[in-house]
Amino acid sequence: MSEKPIILAELEIAQQKALALLAEIQDEEPLQAWKREYLGKSSTVMSAFSSIGQQSKEFRPLVGQVANQVKQALEAALEERARIVTEAALTRKITDERVDVTLPGRQPITGGLHPQTLVLRRIFSIFAEMGFQVYRSRDVESDEHNFELLNIPAHHPARDMWDTFHIDQPGVVLRTHTSPGQIRVMREQAPNPIRAILPGMCYRYEQISSRSEIQFNQVEVLAVGKNITFGDMKGTLNGFVRRLFNADVRTRLRPSYFPFTEPSAEMDVECFVCAGKGCSVCKGSGWLEIMGCGIVHPAVLKNGGYDPEVYSGFAAGMGPERISMLLHKIEDIRYFWGNDARFLEQF
Amino acid sequence: MKIPLSWLKDYIDLDLSLEELARTLTMVGLEVEVINVIGLPLPENTGRQEFKFTGLAWNPEKFIVAQIDEVMPHPDADRLTLCRLHDGIQEWVVLTGAPNLFPYKGMGTLEQPLKVAYAREDAILYDGHKPGYELTKLKRTKIRGVESFSMVCSEKELGISDEHEGVIILDSDAPTGTPLVDYMGDAVIEVAILPNMIRDASMVGVARELSAVTGKPLKVPSRKVTSTGPKIDDLAAIEINDPNLNPRFVLGLVQGLSPKPSPYWVQRRLRLAGMRPINSIVDATNYVMLETGEPLHAFDYDVLIQRAGGKAPTIITRAVTKGENLTTLDDVERPLDQHTILVCDTAGPLSLAGIMGGLESEVTETTRNVLLEGASWNFINVRRTSSRLHLNSEAGYRFGRGVHPALASWAVDLGLERMAAWSGGTIAQGLVDNYPQPPLDPLVSISVQDVERKLGVTIPAKQIAVILTRLEFVCKVSGDVIEAQTPPHRLDIGEGVIGKADLMEEIARIYSYNNIPETNLADELPPQRNNLELANEEKIKDILAGLGLQEVITYRLTSIERETRAYLLGQTPDPENYVRLLNPIAPERSVMRQSLLASVLEVLEKNARIRERLAFFEIGSLFIQEEENNLPVEPRKLVIGMSGKRNIPIWNQKDTGNLDFYDLKGVLEELLEKLHLEAVAYQPTEHPSMHPGKTAQILVGQTPIGVLGELHPRVKQNYDFLTPAVYVAEIDLEALLPLIPLRFESQPVSVFPPVLEDIAIIVEEAVPADRVEALIRQTGGKLLADVRLFDVYRGDRIGAGKKSLAYSMTYQALDHTIESGESTALRNKIVRRLERELGAVLRDN
Repeated sequence: MSEKPIILAELEIAQQKALALLAEIQDEEPLQAWKREYLGKSSTVMSAFSSIGQQSKEFRPLVGQVANQVKQALEAALEERARIVTEAALTRKITDERVDVTLPGRQPITGGLHPQTLVLRRIFSIFAEMGFQVYRSRDVESDEHNFELLNIPAHHPARDMWDTFHIDQPGVVLRTHTSPGQIRVMREQAPNPIRAILPGMCYRYEQISSRSEIQFNQVEVLAVGKNITFGDMKGTLNGFVRRLFNADVRTRLRPSYFPFTEPSAEMDVECFVCAGKGCSVCKGSGWLEIMGCGIVHPAVLKNGGYDPEVYSGFAAGMGPERISMLLHKIEDIRYFWGNDARFLEQF
Repeated sequence: MKIPLSWLKDYIDLDLSLEELARTLTMVGLEVEVINVIGLPLPENTGRQEFKFTGLAWNPEKFIVAQIDEVMPHPDADRLTLCRLHDGIQEWVVLTGAPNLFPYKGMGTLEQPLKVAYAREDAILYDGHKPGYELTKLKRTKIRGVESFSMVCSEKELGISDEHEGVIILDSDAPTGTPLVDYMGDAVIEVAILPNMIRDASMVGVARELSAVTGKPLKVPSRKVTSTGPKIDDLAAIEINDPNLNPRFVLGLVQGLSPKPSPYWVQRRLRLAGMRPINSIVDATNYVMLETGEPLHAFDYDVLIQRAGGKAPTIITRAVTKGENLTTLDDVERPLDQHTILVCDTAGPLSLAGIMGGLESEVTETTRNVLLEGASWNFINVRRTSSRLHLNSEAGYRFGRGVHPALASWAVDLGLERMAAWSGGTIAQGLVDNYPQPPLDPLVSISVQDVERKLGVTIPAKQIAVILTRLEFVCKVSGDVIEAQTPPHRLDIGEGVIGKADLMEEIARIYSYNNIPETNLADELPPQRNNLELANEEKIKDILAGLGLQEVITYRLTSIERETRAYLLGQTPDPENYVRLLNPIAPERSVMRQSLLASVLEVLEKNARIRERLAFFEIGSLFIQEEENNLPVEPRKLVIGMSGKRNIPIWNQKDTGNLDFYDLKGVLEELLEKLHLEAVAYQPTEHPSMHPGKTAQILVGQTPIGVLGELHPRVKQNYDFLTPAVYVAEIDLEALLPLIPLRFESQPVSVFPPVLEDIAIIVEEAVPADRVEALIRQTGGKLLADVRLFDVYRGDRIGAGKKSLAYSMTYQALDHTIESGESTALRNKIVRRLERELGAVLRDN
């Protein structure tokens, strides 16, 4: 029996030393160095394997066995340590990665739509669900369409209601309202039933101020058929207003006058700024005037090609700028065509 | 119109609160604008307000009807008086400075005590010495050694009017000791009169509406005293030249009167109604006008006799003949046209019919005999004259909207009566009445079914008849049909189907709009249709907003000068083609625009001071007068304008330089791609606003749809831009919109791996890049899934006059994996084609 090979003792010492050192390692780099030192080609373990042939025959299996055990033990320990080191590194990384969340974000390039495009779309979509389709009509109109066919003869006192821009061509005006579109739609559609929305730019001779403009949008609503009543007008317009403002806004219709409707009415909604208490927006009255409406005048039906004894209808007209001003607390109507980016970008 | 509550109550008994009254008036079409209380209590604050209230409530403890028994001089001041005053409880000495008390100074105890409005210590009233209406509390003070703690009030201090010249002297029957509010507390309700309700620009008219709603009877005033003077027949005559202009003319006569201040209650009512009291003659005409709605005119009868050479005057009404002028009673000489109607006598024009009297025959302090006119005029002529002369009078306001001729005799009767009562004198017997053309007063038939069909509510025939009868229609009911005779005070009721609509409004108004039930539309739906033009415009807006552009909407009214700025010298649109306003509000808004580009450039210019990156677009109409006597064409355009920085540099984002031609082109490429347009091409072109070397025409197939490019540097100089170059695109929507397909086909995506490869080729500078790419795509066919130009190089390494274009190619098939041999073959084919057709050389590095 020869003496146990010295390599066995060396393996044991190497294992002890390696494990002790490994337990201290915190980072990836020393871990790799450790791996090279204790599991690399010139490590004790790997030398042990290559020394097997030089060992006496009786110890060769033992050396091989022990070297294997040590190798496996070191590898297992390495794997475990590597896991801990990686985990710790990630934890450190996460800790170090903290950003100042209060710094401003990188600004995307954005565009936007004009507030009046947005409000018109809201109006269109509410009416679309009630079956109303959008028609457009011209800005420069004949006196005939703008006035005469709408039951407003020349020199009639009703003409005082519109301060008109006249064109240097005789009998031509800038439309003062979208109502001439009523005639155009009726003449196009008669005798079909009509549910139409007529938006468009209108013009009135006024001094421009925070409350009045020479150019403004209007949206006309027109329904014509054999079975359309004042009650239907109330239902339709109330439905619209409730969807535009809020579900339980109070409204009232009070008599008014338009030459192209009879009976005519003005629709008021309860002031939602002050909830009817009286404020500067509603001028202390608790109500906001929101649109004019009425049953289409028989003369207008006739001019449009509908027999007033058979057909009836209602019409309404509203100002989308006024609606935007109320919805968004815009205090100066000149903002709309002023096109200041600081205003437009808010919508 | 201003309606004093006390006056209104002469014609109807009302038991409504002020708010109920205002609500009732508003709901019959007399919208209440404001209620000004004159002494009456303000409504309690309930947290909900329906009407605007202003004014001063008189505390019944503090404001009392009192009597001045003696006006004594102040020992130290000539301009002050001391009044011995009794307030019903005790006597006081009150200090005043009222000039209208001076005449009574030193007269000892007055035989007829002066009734006044007396304010006790601590009364809250308006400060008479300050402008406007400022509240103050009456405090104990000493003026020139005399203690003062109460006062005799002026109208201003009580909020009745602006009058602060003297104190109010009440009518002698005012009951001393009564709270002032009980004696003359009032409220003025201001209502808006709709153009078709001019009949309600009168106390009786308003009372009639209230009577119709409340059912309380209307108390119509009528003349009470019989005339004691001579018969009028021989004293005046009337000649009407054109009954169409003047359907009726009525004259009455009062003799032996003398003008003086009207009774206080008359003056107060006139002031509350917004008119200035003049004297008892003029006041009587105004009072009756406010009462009945019929304007009256008083002539100095003696002036007329003098003009007639001592004979009885003949009044002649006629249209103006050429070149006539008239000096109206405001002492302005008025040039007249043939639409004006004149009231004349045999010596010439006397007054502008229905608008304003003439200076010569007006009533003065020396007038003793008055010829009183009540008439009816063609409202269109009156309206034309008053608007042409910018002459707004109470008479012109009413006659310009139409006053029923039946009112004339009634109002003249009332006028004579009041004039005699307030000015003395005797009324001549009878009227001279020329009534050649009574109006039609149509008989209109309406049925329960008519009402149902238009209003959507069933109102029984009897109820309809009650409503109309209360409005003084004479109704006959048979079954469901009501025949209604229009009352002789309305000109707004038509015949036949129009009359029916007119009655419908009356029924709805009085029945109350609020009582008509709300229903949903149940009628047949119209034929469905698309509005593709609108839908596509909206789609374009969405795409552009998504690409980082802000929509704007500008004025369509502009000036030729403003638009000229957007063009090179001599290249502006034909000025003949502008739609020009006849009556612009300002020179800079005098035509309709022909250039949307000019509008958008103005927006860029304005925002150049506000933002570093400018990217705007507008969709709108232009207006081009192509032919005279036709309406102009109104083509739709899209204009995009971009300038300034590509992005806004901030702490973590570098400045990537200024926007350039290719930023704008990228926007257009993306827009047209998202609209699914194919065969889009860009060709160099010229444009009167743009840089000749940096402008492209956009073609879709063969159709030009617009241009894009850099704004010409000379045009840019016309604007105040802070930014470097400006890039604009002008798209003709009339051309573009019809090309947008209603549907498009999507492409399948391959599941097989792509082969990526870059190639660079060198071509002559003159070879357009899009030609190269088109050839590559054409040759690559289906297998070439994508081509992207990633570099353009010019320089010494490739020689002058040449450019190198580097493309990144993606080969990918839908049905197999592309092997390297296949991609190499394809690449070689592409390169050979480029070599052959474009003289390209493959760049190897």
